[in-house]
Amino acid sequence: MATTAAAFDHVAHAHIDTRSFIKRYIFSTDHKIIGIQFLIMSLLFLGVGGLLAIMMRWQLGFPGAALPAGGMFPETMAPDGIMLPEFYNSLVTMHGTFMVFFAIMPLLVGVFANFLIPLKIGAPDMAFPRINMASFWIAVPAGLIMLTSFAVEGGAAGAGWTMYAPLSASAEYSGVSTGQMLWSASIVVLGMASILGSMNYITTVINMRAPGMTWFRMPLSIWALFITAILTILAIPILSGAAIMLLFDQLLGTHFFLPPQGGQPLLWQHLFWFFGHPEVYILILPAMGFVSDIIANGSRKPIFGYHSMVFAIMGIGFLGWIVWGHHMFQSGMNPTLGTSFMISTLLIAVPSAIKTFNWLGTTWRGNIRFHVPMLNAVAFVAMFVIGGLSGVFMASTPVDIQIHDTYFIVAHIHYVLFGGSLFALFGAITFWYPKMFGRMMSERWGKVHFILTFIFYNLTFFPMHQLGLGGHMRRIYDPTEYEFLLPMQGINRFITVSAILLFTTQFIFAANFVISWFKGKRAGNNPWQDTGLEWTTPSPAPHGNFPTTPTVYHAPYEFSSPHVAEDYLMQDRKVERIASPTAS
Amino acid sequence: MGPRGNGAIAGTVRFGGTPPANPTIDMSEEPDCAGKHQGAPTDPQYVVNNGMFGNVFVYVKSGLPAGAEYTAPSTPVQSGCLYHPRVFGVLAGQPIEIRNSDPMLHNIKAVPDQNRGFNISQPREGMMTSRTFNAPEIMVPFECNVHGWMNAFVGVMEHPFFATSGEDGSFTIDGLPAGTYEIEAWHELAGTQTQSVTVPETGAVNVEFTFTAPAS
Amino acid sequence: MPFDWGLPPAASTFAADIDRIYYIILAVTGLAFVIVEVALVWFLIKYRGRPGRKAHYTHGSVKAEVIWTAVPAVVVVVIGILSGRVWNHIRGRDSVPPDALPVALVAKQFEWNATYPGADGSFDTDDDFTLRNEMRVPVNRPVVVHLTSEDVIHSFFVPAFRVKQDAVPGMEIRVWFQATETGEFPLACAELCGLGHYRMSARVVVQEQDAYERWLAEQAASQTVASR
Repeated sequence: MATTAAAFDHVAHAHIDTRSFIKRYIFSTDHKIIGIQFLIMSLLFLGVGGLLAIMMRWQLGFPGAALPAGGMFPETMAPDGIMLPEFYNSLVTMHGTFMVFFAIMPLLVGVFANFLIPLKIGAPDMAFPRINMASFWIAVPAGLIMLTSFAVEGGAAGAGWTMYAPLSASAEYSGVSTGQMLWSASIVVLGMASILGSMNYITTVINMRAPGMTWFRMPLSIWALFITAILTILAIPILSGAAIMLLFDQLLGTHFFLPPQGGQPLLWQHLFWFFGHPEVYILILPAMGFVSDIIANGSRKPIFGYHSMVFAIMGIGFLGWIVWGHHMFQSGMNPTLGTSFMISTLLIAVPSAIKTFNWLGTTWRGNIRFHVPMLNAVAFVAMFVIGGLSGVFMASTPVDIQIHDTYFIVAHIHYVLFGGSLFALFGAITFWYPKMFGRMMSERWGKVHFILTFIFYNLTFFPMHQLGLGGHMRRIYDPTEYEFLLPMQGINRFITVSAILLFTTQFIFAANFVISWFKGKRAGNNPWQDTGLEWTTPSPAPHGNFPTTPTVYHAPYEFSSPHVAEDYLMQDRKVERIASPTAS
Repeated sequence: MGPRGNGAIAGTVRFGGTPPANPTIDMSEEPDCAGKHQGAPTDPQYVVNNGMFGNVFVYVKSGLPAGAEYTAPSTPVQSGCLYHPRVFGVLAGQPIEIRNSDPMLHNIKAVPDQNRGFNISQPREGMMTSRTFNAPEIMVPFECNVHGWMNAFVGVMEHPFFATSGEDGSFTIDGLPAGTYEIEAWHELAGTQTQSVTVPETGAVNVEFTFTAPAS
Repeated sequence: MPFDWGLPPAASTFAADIDRIYYIILAVTGLAFVIVEVALVWFLIKYRGRPGRKAHYTHGSVKAEVIWTAVPAVVVVVIGILSGRVWNHIRGRDSVPPDALPVALVAKQFEWNATYPGADGSFDTDDDFTLRNEMRVPVNRPVVVHLTSEDVIHSFFVPAFRVKQDAVPGMEIRVWFQATETGEFPLACAELCGLGHYRMSARVVVQEQDAYERWLAEQAASQTVASR
């Protein structure tokens, strides 16, 4: 299957790079540069999303108090620095939108699918380098459109990131006209970038694996990114179609989702969640892949149950398509349908448990190195367990009656997306940083950042479970309006203070990231003593990646193999007389 | 500046027969609003005293030169659990200042046909918001969705020759140049009536409108 | 109001059923949580790296994996069956008790309007009357709410009754409950519905049957006066 013709092409000029600055760093077709471009873009949007969250938290902790530096906002957002409910709704909406579509998703996929797939499968670049470049340069304007919407009359979209119609479909209801249209347009544009990217990842993984890189010698990160790309290419067109229909309702006066003229509000929810639930797995599967790579490395052991890990990824990917209705138990959807969606949803606990116990099994009898990537990967496991288990409560239809649309859901999604995906990303960025930039990130500051983030993260999000059980609704601007929520206002204040500390802690990461770029310790080819193909090439990896196309002889995680003296056996290292390495 | 003169239209609006009862408003769940009213508050759709009809918007519909520009003082709006005034006019392009005089959230939703609508909130007492309509329109409805009973009606005019009848049914439009005009009286439920009047060089011409209850 | 850890005090018939499932899941997931986190921390300490030592070289254990696949599968199926039964009781096709008292609840930006059928027991007649941001029901009697919306999606949420149901424009959704305690209970909108969402609150007043009937008679009387 793996083609090597393209690889030979690149070998000749692997070390002679005569491209201009613009071709090399701006309109580059090199998958590594595109990955780094995505990294910078999505880290910036991560910062934006975080800032929006802090502003929201301020209002929730101290309702009606003027925002610090709130005077800089125009009267339509925060007169006298005190935010208006419509501005709060925009913050809610844009925080979710930026975090899901412009931070976590591009960080996981745009950055690491681009950067890792060719390097880890032994290919010189992506199958379609120009399409790859196009994918990044389509994503940028989408982000700018979204960002600009804050500046238009009526402000940014304010119907929540889930854009439930009819609130989202008619300006009469939301008070936001242009902002809502820009949201729809931006999502359609971003969708094109995702579709182009996924097409590329799928083709590359199928066609460009180095000789010997059989399917079951692929690292789990690549498996996860591959399955994710399949989910993306199937799910995103649904969202794009739905967003176009929404845009028609907003712009042309169609009535797909507006009931007075025969539209169906629930149609939007079905379309959105038919995309939205695979999307949830798009946002977690790559993280699981990176964590598997890092935990094997940190434990110095082969991953426990490699094959079942692969099948668990596929199982989650498949189940992801038949559970969307669990977002709609209280929506007016036929309750009998709710029961079937409950069963399929509960079944996701099975592959998730397999993965969790296999990670535990990997650390068992290991020789564990607590480097920064490992700390973050372990935190991923610990936090994903909480996020996964809290999902069982919502999956149970009767319990969901109480906690649906409350802070319990907010806690759950943040335990999965922050405690899960973002910790995995902190680990992955630190782990592959040397291969991107040729230098190591500071180990000491990485540990400081990890410990503080871990503490403040839990202080921020764990108490939200209690808010939700007590009936605290999501997306409300001022909880003190409800007498029954007043006793919990102390918890709200506590969360706000923790969230501000959590946000502040991220400056440590930002500083570490920037300073290490110029001043970090120089990295050798293989600073983590890992087994993957990317570590056989210099750091940073040159244009064309490999001087000669590597040949793969081993399974991906041959740590502590008895056949070599070191505790790692790289995938391309040929060893005489070796027992079947993939036996499980 | 558009033409101005010394003529005027003075008149009264009457209501023939018994006006329909104004619906009562259930303010019991909003004590700060209920406290501002004595007895059971009602929605003042029909303001009728001794046969005199208030809150009717009267304006010069035609007869003025087109394209002339005018200035006029604007009317501040108070949202005090009910809009004050309920029926008023502004010049197109003139800012309307809306003030929240209650210790609670109000929103102001305007759904015009010819103008750009808005839906804005005033979560705190004393907040002031200014909005402008640029195209003439009879009439732009205002509503508050937090308090579904709150309604107001704004006539967006090209010229300042309009008035709202008072509780005694009287109105005056002055500063008009001499000439013959068509004038219209508008009420939110009772409909519209038009008359042709000739305004003298100086002094006022007297006009009378009589509305009856609309067939239900 | 006092602060309660966990779920708020329950005041409807099926609240106890829901809470029971909640506590079962809490126990099961709590156990899983403790097992995983303790094992994780224990392994991290016990197998911390030491120089000159190699990790145990293994690719897994089929037996172990079968166990930790099968056990969660069985547990979630049991949770599913238990939940399904309660769900069916609350929301199943024929779950609305036939003698339930009807109330039409119309949600709009940003108010709840509860309409009662009046003395003749049917809606859309002259003796209907409407309460704004208040719903009054008798204790220990099933009530079926005919839920609609005038504009956008809202969600009818009474935490003490463990009731939540979206109000969708263009649909009439029936949701029932039976209060077990008298008193006033907060009713909130749980679905983002616009700039006044945070203030779309109301209350449910639960009265003894005779007090409720007296109130109903008063309403009917004043209704007759008003419509003259």
